[in-house]
Parts: sequence; C-alpha cells; structure tokens
Amino acid sequence: MNDRIYFEDLVPGQVYDLGSKQVSKEEVIEFASEFDPQPFHLDEDAGNASILGALSASGWHTASMVMGLLARGFLNKSSCQGSPGVNKLGWRKPVFPGDTLHAQAKVVEQRELKSKPDLGLVMFEISAVNQDGTEVLNQVNPILFGKKSAAPEVAKA
Amino acid sequence: MSAYFEDIEIGSELVLGSHAFTADGIIRFAEKFDPQPFHLSEEAAQKTHFGRLCASGWHTASAYMRLNVLKNQELDELNRQQGKPVARFGPSPGFEDLKWLRPVFAGDTITYKRVVTGKTESKSRPKWGLVHGQNYGINQDGETVFSFKSTVFVERQTAASE
Repeated sequence: MNDRIYFEDLVPGQVYDLGSKQVSKEEVIEFASEFDPQPFHLDEDAGNASILGALSASGWHTASMVMGLLARGFLNKSSCQGSPGVNKLGWRKPVFPGDTLHAQAKVVEQRELKSKPDLGLVMFEISAVNQDGTEVLNQVNPILFGKKSAAPEVAKA
Repeated sequence: MSAYFEDIEIGSELVLGSHAFTADGIIRFAEKFDPQPFHLSEEAAQKTHFGRLCASGWHTASAYMRLNVLKNQELDELNRQQGKPVARFGPSPGFEDLKWLRPVFAGDTITYKRVVTGKTESKSRPKWGLVHGQNYGINQDGETVFSFKSTVFVERQTAASE
C-alpha cells in the first residue's frame, strides 16, 4: 500500500490545508536573537516604539514557520525532493506573539523536467492568514516531486 | 542600511560575513522549521537526490539575515562614533527571485554579500526611498548557492519635493 502524494497526484486548482501554528513570544525572541537581532523583534518596549507598534516576528521567522506547516502538513506525506527557490514572497501584515497562523497551499501548475525525468516541478501559491483571517504571508513556490512512475516501492507493490 | 537614501550608490557591493553550517545547526533548525528527511540526518539524506545532509533553504536565508542585520548595526555604530546621523530603514514588503541554486551541506561555509541594483523614490512616502538589491550566498568553492532580490525602505536626509 502506498498512499504517498506523487507528482502525478498534484492537479492544478487543488488546495491542501497545512494546519495551524500559534506563535509564542518566546519563539519570536529566540528566532530573532539567532537570525534577526533588530530591537523590535527582541524586546517589547522597542516593539511598542517601532513602526509596527508592538513586538513582532521576523519576516524570516514567519516564512520559516510556514515552512514548518508545509513540511509537517503536506511535504512529509509526499515524494518531495526540495525546492529551487521562491519566485515571490510578500510579508503582507506583521505577525505578533499570540497570533495563530493558518496556512494552505494551492497547486497553480505542474510540469515535467527534461533534465530530470524521474522528477516533476509543481508551482504552489502558499498563503498564511492570522486568527482574524487577514493574510500575513503569500508566496509563489516551485517544489520538486518524485514521480509515481519512477518510485521503486510502487513498482514492487 | 546605515546610509541615507541619497548617499546609497547603485552598484556598491558589501560583504556581510560568513556562516559555517554544522550538522548540529542544520538539524536543530530543521527540527523546528523544516523537518524533511534530507535536513534531519545524514543517513536519510543519502536516500534522496541530495545525497548528503543539507540545510533547509530557510536556514540559508535566515543566516543571511543575521549577517545583514549585524553588518547594519556595525555600520550604524561606526557612524555614531563619528558623530554622524544614522538613517533608519523600514520594514520590507517582501522579496523576489529567491534561488536555492545548490544545496548547502554540513561543513560548508557560506559568505554573503549584497549589491545595490537600483533606487526608487517613494511617491506615497516623501521621507523615504526604496532601495533595490541583489543578495548572494557563496560557498567555500566560490559557487553561488543562494540569491534573491530585496527591496527595503530607507530614510531620506531631505524629504523629496512634491
């Protein structure tokens, strides 16, 4: 039995729910301390005094949290073989401690790869909204998937 | 950004610093943010087309941000010591054309740099301008592994006239 999601299963228009993640103050500060040590991501007073009006998550933290949802909620059930990049990413609204992010991935298109016949490229539009339904992040992200026709475990089954 | 919008030169290039990616660091990031087999263990990675344990692309990107912020803070501090004003910069609306060109493997050292590619006056915010950049991550063999196009709001020394 093989219920893995392969390249052939990813049809344009299909939407995958990636689940939710609550953002804690500790996580915001921890990420910022390591990767984006700007005062408004590290300290409540500095956040209050900033243009965003409160302690906010680094945009790279938001992108990484959405990656976590994508990996746990979808890619780890698939034949994913990584991604060549992100065509476009928008940080639409700030993310604050206490927010709950909910993400989804929509298949925009898929195509074969001449150079890698066992893989295919699928373009996704990935979107994350907060608890008010306001979009905080949007990205167009091509992802590589193994083909069912090339999967050894399928051939054996 | 440290310099005012007016003082930023198109074509100027700045090396931000280097980050050494260890197996422990790669796995620690991946467990939190990108728990896919090729980011979690050497053994699991060998069964994928990557062949070896490699960093999450978001880890590569986040390490850029760390060095970018630290470089800005260093330049700001230098300006303060010389009694010069320090320009502010605003939140970024996003980026384009981010490319993970090659895997970043455990043991790789990535050197990051940024190049100013253009400037746009902001019609809606006369006190600010938009600075466009191309950013790179280059490994110890001189191969570009990472790049993206950035846009950031930078404060003007004098507000643009109407």
